[in-house]
Amino acid sequence: MNPMVDKLASLWPEIMLLIGAVACLTTGLWPTRAIRNLTPFVAGGFLTAALLMTPSWGVPESHPLGFASLVGFLKAGALSISVVLLLILARAPLRLAQVQRAEAADPFEPGDAMSGEFFAFFLLSVCGVLLAIGATDLVWLFLALELTSLPTYVMVAVGRDRMRAQESAVKYFFLGAMSAAVFLYGFALVYGATGATDYASIRAWVEGLDGAALPPVFLAGLAISTLGLCFKIAAVPMHFYAADVYQGASVPVTSMLAFVPKAAGFAAMIQVMALAGWDYGADGNQLPPVLATMLAVIAVLTMTVGNVLGLLQKSVKRTLAYSSVAHSGYILVGVLAGPGTGGEGYLSNGLAAVAFYLIAYGLGTIASFSVIGCLRNPNGDEAENLDDLSGLRDRHPFLAGTLLVACLSLLGFPFTVGLVGKLWLVSAGFHAGYALVIVIMVINSAVSAAYYVRIGSTCFFGDDLGTTEARYAPVRVVGAVFAAAASVALGLQPGWVTEAASKAGRVSSTESTIPAEPASQAETPTTPDTVAQAEPQTADPADPDEPDPAPADG
Amino acid sequence: MPETTFSTDHNWLPLVMLVIPVVWAAGLLLPFEFLKTKKWTFLYSAITSTISLGFAAYLAFLFPWGTPETVAFYKNDLDWIDGFGLHFTYGIDSVSLWLVLLTAFLMPGVVVASLIEVDHDMRQFHFWLHILEAALIGTFIARDIVLFYVCFEFTLVPLYFLIGVFGHEQRWKAARTYFLYAFTGSMLTFAGVLYVGWYGSQNPALVDGAIGKWTFNIDELYAVGRAMPVADQCWVMAAMLAGFGVKTPLFPVHTWLPLAHTEAPTAGSVDLAGLVLKIGPYGLLRLAIPMLPAAAVIFAPWVAAAAVVGIVYAAIICRVQKDAKKLIAYSSVSHMGFCALGLFALDPGAIGATGAVVYMIAHGLATGGLFLCIGMLYDRFHTRELTRLSGLARIMPLWSCFFVLFAMASVGLPGLNGFVGEFLTLVGGFQSTVFHQGLAIIAATGVVFAAVYLLHIVRKLVFGPTDIPPDHPGYSDAHEHGLSPEHDHDLSIREFITLGPLAAACIIIGLAPFPMIRSIEPTVRDMLAPAMAIVEQNQAQDAAPETPETPETPDADPAVPPAQLVGEPEARESASARSPLPDLPRPEVALPEPPAGPLALGHEGGER
Repeated sequence: MNPMVDKLASLWPEIMLLIGAVACLTTGLWPTRAIRNLTPFVAGGFLTAALLMTPSWGVPESHPLGFASLVGFLKAGALSISVVLLLILARAPLRLAQVQRAEAADPFEPGDAMSGEFFAFFLLSVCGVLLAIGATDLVWLFLALELTSLPTYVMVAVGRDRMRAQESAVKYFFLGAMSAAVFLYGFALVYGATGATDYASIRAWVEGLDGAALPPVFLAGLAISTLGLCFKIAAVPMHFYAADVYQGASVPVTSMLAFVPKAAGFAAMIQVMALAGWDYGADGNQLPPVLATMLAVIAVLTMTVGNVLGLLQKSVKRTLAYSSVAHSGYILVGVLAGPGTGGEGYLSNGLAAVAFYLIAYGLGTIASFSVIGCLRNPNGDEAENLDDLSGLRDRHPFLAGTLLVACLSLLGFPFTVGLVGKLWLVSAGFHAGYALVIVIMVINSAVSAAYYVRIGSTCFFGDDLGTTEARYAPVRVVGAVFAAAASVALGLQPGWVTEAASKAGRVSSTESTIPAEPASQAETPTTPDTVAQAEPQTADPADPDEPDPAPADG
Repeated sequence: MPETTFSTDHNWLPLVMLVIPVVWAAGLLLPFEFLKTKKWTFLYSAITSTISLGFAAYLAFLFPWGTPETVAFYKNDLDWIDGFGLHFTYGIDSVSLWLVLLTAFLMPGVVVASLIEVDHDMRQFHFWLHILEAALIGTFIARDIVLFYVCFEFTLVPLYFLIGVFGHEQRWKAARTYFLYAFTGSMLTFAGVLYVGWYGSQNPALVDGAIGKWTFNIDELYAVGRAMPVADQCWVMAAMLAGFGVKTPLFPVHTWLPLAHTEAPTAGSVDLAGLVLKIGPYGLLRLAIPMLPAAAVIFAPWVAAAAVVGIVYAAIICRVQKDAKKLIAYSSVSHMGFCALGLFALDPGAIGATGAVVYMIAHGLATGGLFLCIGMLYDRFHTRELTRLSGLARIMPLWSCFFVLFAMASVGLPGLNGFVGEFLTLVGGFQSTVFHQGLAIIAATGVVFAAVYLLHIVRKLVFGPTDIPPDHPGYSDAHEHGLSPEHDHDLSIREFITLGPLAAACIIIGLAPFPMIRSIEPTVRDMLAPAMAIVEQNQAQDAAPETPETPETPDADPAVPPAQLVGEPEARESASARSPLPDLPRPEVALPEPPAGPLALGHEGGER
């Protein structure tokens, strides 16, 4: 079989999303209004189709980093959350004055309508996430990340009638472009050090070092790429945009920003780290010391900065934005811990924890943002301040309950999925020997309780100031309630998802099983095996990888 | 230490105990119109909580009283998240049983007592009460450390709502303070617990599993914790004290309590003081001391010092309170100090810890009764100011009887329940070899202080010229009449039903405490055995002059079955050479200590 055809065969979900994007563009400009209104359903249909295709066709049979099953799980997870996101986005374009005018005009004015573009961009962005998850080459990864981000810049700008949205978009775009430059620079250094951009060759090169120290250029490349990727996941030092952009964008778009680029960012981060491998440290289960230190510092700073700034905010949107920054810090602990040293129990597996926590975080954050999205000030603007939530229980007990459950899940409270996720991250961190990071993470969780509880208390115990009213948005309410209910359901009985995530986190290829004791004699017998096993994998995907990014890009 | 025995007879019962309050709570959410009326919600809740009490009584009936240290009704094959090693493991020994009984016993009274005070959202109120009962029972029956943690933590949510929705003026602040305090502490506990789990997964010999296989079964983790290096034990102990110390509450972290108690509705205060405070010492007894014996010995003087400071400090604060409820709240801080003191006395006969458990039950009954009494005053007059109420004996004689009875029980009058626990914890403290007797002497002054402030409140409220503010309209609307026609303000039948059983229990336990003590003692002794073995070892070392330094082996050879460490004397001695325990504790313990001066560990013990 032609390897290129093999690879294409694993891209069916992405292909479905591309077709869906084109279909959305078409239906969005259809002269008949009834068909135009079908656009969200078209998007939903293709998303669901992609989701259904993932288990059978979306999983590559082998992966140069051994992430074959992780790719499948992350793709399915990202698509599932995207379906919920679509519920929340469904009516977002119709809220815009410009779109309403265009729709109402008697001969339909296609120039002003943008439902089609909006949903097409959404599908393209999700497609970018899937491609980033499935990447096997740095160039492909770069293009996939850009495909994820570019549509979101536009969605931020057009998703709201306010100048602030455009300001946000401009900020987001320039910082995004800069971060792209940064991680591209990092990729270039990796290429300079190894002479290859595909993961298989890079891994073969790293293993060929035979335990000798990694050259500084390579490490610098990985470190700089990591810094660039911090933008995607809104981690320190690239977190500055988060609060402004999240606040400026319309709430549905914000909830998308809080999940979609992060999923891609973490997938990319895991791949970049896996290039070096978790074979170092005293027990042979840590990243190379430089990267480990850097990642630990980033994680600690991210969660601390996120939580402390979250505490200081008056605006609920900004608070939740900083909470999402803090959560990036927590998830980074999983990346730092890596796949663990195997064994029976899967609590030691940090990558599985990341995969699981992304879902937990996605559900909680989407539910909380979308409740905010259901509320309006009398002047038609979105609810934003804590006062707007005051006494929500009296008027909208369902929304208040949903928000409370979402906050408790983000907090990691018992009987929510957040606790299971945190339990997993914490134990993986212990396993990898980062007890101090764990203690800081736990203290941070306690700090975060202050603002989550403040949101909950305001909803439930505050006096009704009557400043907001719920805009009737049934689909969005369904999305929010579904996400909150899923948080509780997965908190009570997470068995099958944890099972799947743990399978996903298991690294299937050989390199993680190398007992990595640099320059020890014990290594001599293992090395030939490893190289021998790594070689055939290396040979196959290396060549066809060059033409691959092209279809991914198109 | 004898091997723990497990009995699996009737092991569906605790699960029923755990599930039925949730079912009752869910029942309240059914869309029946009649459940929205105050009367029906009240009746529903009263009946259902009594049924729960019936189940608890049946549980007590089936319990193997002959061997109370047996973990009865044990079940460990219910999967929760199997791959995590999380199982829905539960079992009941005598300590658990008494606390479950206390929980089930207080609940109907609390429900019945809150008829007048709660004037809105009756359904929500009773919903949270039932959920709280379930969470408490879950905490007491859990034999899986994560199940324990989950239930322990989940008590926060019902109380958060009970205080926040149904409390008094500053309820919002009180609810938040309480939540943040408790959540912060227990997150640290959570990290400590996971650390023990991880240590077990690294040393499979301790838990007979494979490498990397996690377990959270408490009985298996005992072995893991005991095998941990002393430094690790100390860290985990500090983490556990963070969570359990806040709940108990121990001296420096008690400040949430007066606010939460004062602002909570009566039902919330009774549950908080009677039940929720108990999960702190219970956690220390169930997890911290048996799992981390070496750290318990090192921490004992410090915890005891904090407890004694709390006893005296809170007692002094009590004396100057103007608000009756705040006074009783602070008295809880003072009284729970005795519990902590007894738990960490680690005296040879485990008298202190036995007393602590007895005292937990006694305090739940007596303080619960006091809060109920104050709640009844508040129903009538909407004030709790000591300056505005006096001479109630004339118009409310029956109420005054109960109030004086509960106050005396709280003071520790012989013949009432408070005395038994207080006496035993103090005896334990005096016999303790891990801290100076001076601490116990200072703690004993707490008893005197308790008499001072409780007699003060009795004098103010019950005696003197009658002076009362006008009735609160809410009470007048309720049309409740006193039992005797000439004292219309006195207890109604409903109120008598709430207080009567509590008073009876106080007297019965006070007069005949021995069945209870006998059932608690073997269990407590089992749990404390490893820590007491270490204390004895230290003494033996101190007695032997200038033993050559034993080489440190901080990573206690995981192959040593920990049972050996604490087993028969000869096994213990053979283990002592390898054990890391003898060397490390001493420098720590010998540090000068604020209230009691420098300690000379062991010598006093030797003299006795």
